[in-house]
Amino acid sequence: MNKRFTRVLATSIAAAALMGTLGACGKGSSSATTEGSNEITMWTHAAGNPAELAATQSIVDSYNKSSGAKAQIKVQAFPQESYNDSVVGAASAGKLPCIVDIDGPNVPNWAWAKYLTPLKLSADLSKNLPSTVAKWQGETYAVGYGDVALSMFARKSDLAAAGVRVATIEKPWTKDEFQDALTKLKALGKWDYPLDMGTAGAGEWLPYAYSPFLQSFGGDLINRKDYQSADGALNGDKAVEWATWFRDLADQGFMAKKSGKDSTQDFLNNKSGLLYTGSWAADKAHAALGKDLAVMPTVDLGNGPKIGGASWQWGVTSGCNNTDAAMDYLSYSLKPENVAAVIKATGGIPATDGAAALIPAFAEGGANRIFMEFSREYAVLRPETPAYPFIATEYGKAVQDILAGADPKTVLDKAVKAIDANIKSNGGYKS
Amino acid sequence: MKNAIRLSSAGAMAVRILFAAVAAFPIVFMLVSSLKPDQQIFGDMSSVAAFLPIGNISLDNYTAVFDRVPAARFLINSVGVSAVTVVLGIFVNSLCAFALSRMQVRGKKVVFTAILATLIVPFQTLALPLVWWVNQLPYFELNGFSLEISKGWLDTYQVQIIPFIANAFSIYLYHQYFESIPKELDEAARIDGAGWFKIYRQVVMPLAGPATATVAILTFLPAWNSYLWPLMVVQSEELRPVMIGIQYFFQLNVSWGEVMAYASLITVPVVVLFIAFQRSFINSIASSGVKG
Amino acid sequence: MTTTQLPTPRHAAAPGPVAPVPSVTPRRRRAGYLREQVSGWGMIAPAAVLLLAFVFLPAILGFGLAFTNARLISPRPVEFVGTDNFARLFTDPTFWRALLNVSYFAVVVVPVQSCLALAMALLINKKFRGVNFFRTIYFLPVVTSMVVVSLLWLFMYRKDGLINEILSAVSFGLIPGADWLNDPATAMPAIIALSIWQAAGFHMIIWLAGLQSISGELYEAAQLDGASRWHQFRYVTWPGLKHTRSLVLVTITIQALGLFDQVSVMTQGGPLDSTTTIIYEAVRSGFKQQETSYASAISLVFFVLVLLISAVQRYLTREKD
Repeated sequence: MNKRFTRVLATSIAAAALMGTLGACGKGSSSATTEGSNEITMWTHAAGNPAELAATQSIVDSYNKSSGAKAQIKVQAFPQESYNDSVVGAASAGKLPCIVDIDGPNVPNWAWAKYLTPLKLSADLSKNLPSTVAKWQGETYAVGYGDVALSMFARKSDLAAAGVRVATIEKPWTKDEFQDALTKLKALGKWDYPLDMGTAGAGEWLPYAYSPFLQSFGGDLINRKDYQSADGALNGDKAVEWATWFRDLADQGFMAKKSGKDSTQDFLNNKSGLLYTGSWAADKAHAALGKDLAVMPTVDLGNGPKIGGASWQWGVTSGCNNTDAAMDYLSYSLKPENVAAVIKATGGIPATDGAAALIPAFAEGGANRIFMEFSREYAVLRPETPAYPFIATEYGKAVQDILAGADPKTVLDKAVKAIDANIKSNGGYKS
Repeated sequence: MKNAIRLSSAGAMAVRILFAAVAAFPIVFMLVSSLKPDQQIFGDMSSVAAFLPIGNISLDNYTAVFDRVPAARFLINSVGVSAVTVVLGIFVNSLCAFALSRMQVRGKKVVFTAILATLIVPFQTLALPLVWWVNQLPYFELNGFSLEISKGWLDTYQVQIIPFIANAFSIYLYHQYFESIPKELDEAARIDGAGWFKIYRQVVMPLAGPATATVAILTFLPAWNSYLWPLMVVQSEELRPVMIGIQYFFQLNVSWGEVMAYASLITVPVVVLFIAFQRSFINSIASSGVKG
Repeated sequence: MTTTQLPTPRHAAAPGPVAPVPSVTPRRRRAGYLREQVSGWGMIAPAAVLLLAFVFLPAILGFGLAFTNARLISPRPVEFVGTDNFARLFTDPTFWRALLNVSYFAVVVVPVQSCLALAMALLINKKFRGVNFFRTIYFLPVVTSMVVVSLLWLFMYRKDGLINEILSAVSFGLIPGADWLNDPATAMPAIIALSIWQAAGFHMIIWLAGLQSISGELYEAAQLDGASRWHQFRYVTWPGLKHTRSLVLVTITIQALGLFDQVSVMTQGGPLDSTTTIIYEAVRSGFKQQETSYASAISLVFFVLVLLISAVQRYLTREKD
């Protein structure tokens, strides 16, 4: 055989071998495969959030050390911003780990796609905050350590100066009162915009934060009777009323069409008088403002105040080859002291009274107790349908377009059309 | 006349400086801001102080970055992945260009056209099918003395390297450069009994230094900056490259000082590398026959 | 082409001159020819196989998906749906808007960026003290990642950001400053400015390569004839850059049509679709909305479009040769 060609061939093979060795060194020791050992992997979205990650890790460590451990759990953390993209990549290649962290409203989509398997836990979930248990078609697929709740923050001193009463659970602000409050606060002339709704947010924030207003007006993201169409719910009179109201808040100069990147910081720096934000910001605000901070329910726009329910939750994948251990770990992790540790780190609302009792701020009479009540009174789950991820992107875009000045009815009609077409093309998302 | 020339060269220098200012100001802003606390970044924005390291200057942001992100690990990964991609890319692409340029291979025109056609496919449109596909590929692993074969390349270094080795632009650059090297050299070598690979290795490649420098830089930059792909195919934290680290900062409260510090941290090595090779790179690209 | 001086057999099967070995017997020539084929293909093979595996194959796979109803996450079987996705695409106003945006972007960026890049190249083509300093500075934005650059500019484009402060300082407060990325009228221009800033250095290098390939003797001759600077540029430099021009044109156009990173980080296509692009729509549909097949259809249309434009450009530049 030709000598030169042999040489070329040899070089090529050597190069290929080099790639192979490189790959061998490179295969992550923590890959999703079990590699015969008694190890299962768990994904979380907490990378870049040291406190939350440490809390989760310490639960895992204590489980791994416990005598009853059915497997060793290995934590793999992803940054929240790109968590869904990473999951999508892994899912399309069929490489999900045993235990996944998942944003509550996406659970039906994953369950429908058969990525998740129904939970069989020894822990009793019946006393949990309803929005921390994700169900679809009668089965429980995910459970969270807690939830978060949206609310309105203000300085009591500002409200007093403007002559506006503090809203309470017994008597939330009505739509007219809200308009009046904003007018008076604006008249103080203290801020460019009296209200900060976090309009710079993107992604899941948009449906999470603003669909409750739509629901309070009487509209919704989809008809919840059979989840087959958004027509009438998302583009009916009530929905147009919501959109017009929301845009008017900006047009009247009450809020920015795009707020600052960090609404909480802006509020604490006195760049806004009224902040629409969640329980996660409470500790920081309490620390900065102390007794002057007023935590109020959101506005009643007709059908009572509403807030979004369900935060990050845990599920077990159907591809897991040690579901028994995964379920065992989840049950273990739901012990009150574990839940309390994570909730303290994330600033959420504990899922159970048992855990709440362990956190002074959430214990009876605690400063954050009110968020638990918000959650129990107002939480509306985002539509429990596999179509939700699609609905969320369409709704989010509609919100942005409406704020940017598009005609509400046109925008909402377009969203409805896209949603209905998507549902139809998926055979109604029937399993 | 002389005055006019002096005037025009002074004018040219003024324009050069203006362009340099425009090119550099965002990067100076990034570096300077990385030394300041958030409050001050915003405070300084309305004055020239935005570009000056004055006021409350510290390395606090950098310390915070290392608490939040395993930055050292990410840097090592990116250096490794980029270096291997560059080395293998130089070899594979120059070899291909050599055959296309200097050998009478049947059908090479079609091959060359097909290679150039890949230039117009943006990576984003390939990403999803590619994820699925790389996961169908066999994966060999040496475990002790036995060779284990499993399926799927996800979550490895190789999945960050191998798809990016062959590159049409590199092949094109080498091809153009090889065309400018006299073919008499090959003939002389062949008369001496040299084979094609020897000609490639001992005659042509030693003369192709400038093209190699260009290909090296143009392969290094996208490898270092790759973002969408590792997001989708790398799960383990210990395998992640630097760009993914940016995502770690977008929590509920964004600390811009930390973002600037991390951005500086991953930009400065490239800039230093570039400055170190600046002269040979620019001279090389300028002489590498990028002529169309 | 300066290959062989040996007479080449016209009747040979080879497309060109064959192994230039002296005293060739037909047998040896045949062996040399075969050897050359085998070695040549062996050398092409690694790159060809890699491109086949990691570009062509996924591309074909993707194009195939465009005619199905495949989804990213779905338990339903994939079905062939013919041209449904394309019918939907061509009636989607967002797609046409994306096409318009990309054209707008390309029409501004291609001439402006290539002119600026040429100006920069001319400024640093001469030898003078500090030339390396300027070359480095001009190339600085290119070595910075687009993701980092976009974040940086996102911050600078804020209403109370650096850009507005600079504008107001330079104009003594006459320019009020805009809310750049949140106004449909200014969002695309803002992205254009950033993109030119980032990429001009790269094309400067390509121009520089072209400039340095022009023989210095031509300039000397022109100077002897007393040609002015402008005339030197017009009659020596510009014609000498003919090939470089088409390369710059093609690479900038392809880059412009593929606009994605900046939009993804800075505006997500908004406000009011004023910055959405074809690739952004493909990624949005494919990842966020899980409509793999629709995203594939967008990709296919994009591919055909770029192919057409490149063909037209090739045809135009060829005609002038």
